[in-house]
Amino acid sequence: MRIELRRIDFDAMVAYAQAQLPNEACGLIGGIICGKTKYVKKIYQLTNLDHSPEHFSLDPKEQLIALKDARSGGLQLIGNWHSHPSTPARPSEEDIRLAFDPTASYLILSLAAEKPTLKSFCITGGIAAAEDLVIDNEYRTLG
Amino acid sequence: MKIVVTGIEKQAAEGLTIAQLIADENVESPAYVTVSLNDTFVEQGAFPHTVLHEGDSVEFLYFMGGGRPYAIHQ
Repeated sequence: MRIELRRIDFDAMVAYAQAQLPNEACGLIGGIICGKTKYVKKIYQLTNLDHSPEHFSLDPKEQLIALKDARSGGLQLIGNWHSHPSTPARPSEEDIRLAFDPTASYLILSLAAEKPTLKSFCITGGIAAAEDLVIDNEYRTLG
Repeated sequence: MKIVVTGIEKQAAEGLTIAQLIADENVESPAYVTVSLNDTFVEQGAFPHTVLHEGDSVEFLYFMGGGRPYAIHQ
């Protein structure tokens, strides 16, 4: 699966994650799916119930609000995201173990280096496979 | 009767419980799914005896969480 994300949304995600330091930040991703491409239309910034630099849990109440907001805007929740404040943008064993939605994209934002790094994964059956993530000023392939 | 499941209107049998709906909908990893019924969260232990009624709206929300240690993919 390919994912296209606008830079303005990426920048907002980074700003929110930096504001949550030293804790992990997390949220949901609303978008549309056309063929084999997911177009991110809205980044939801949710509360990390764990308030931890090493763990995150999304707030189900906020999940429900985001779900309804996305649906009302003609979007679907196509995945979630969380930050790694001091480690690379790759899923941990716990990230993989707790990935229950095989249709979701799991985006991980690393703030470990000076330049933030975002990667996306599909996690199915305990296996994490990297997805093709494109960040640009505008969608490249959406008419 | 008609109920709404994940935003989609569906026909359901009278007396259908949340537990039966989860099975009917083939919800993956049901132990890690939170269910809201008309915007109220239902405890997992109540799934088998929570009967749905005409016009009810049900949402399934996957637990979403994780952690930093033990990164294994290089």
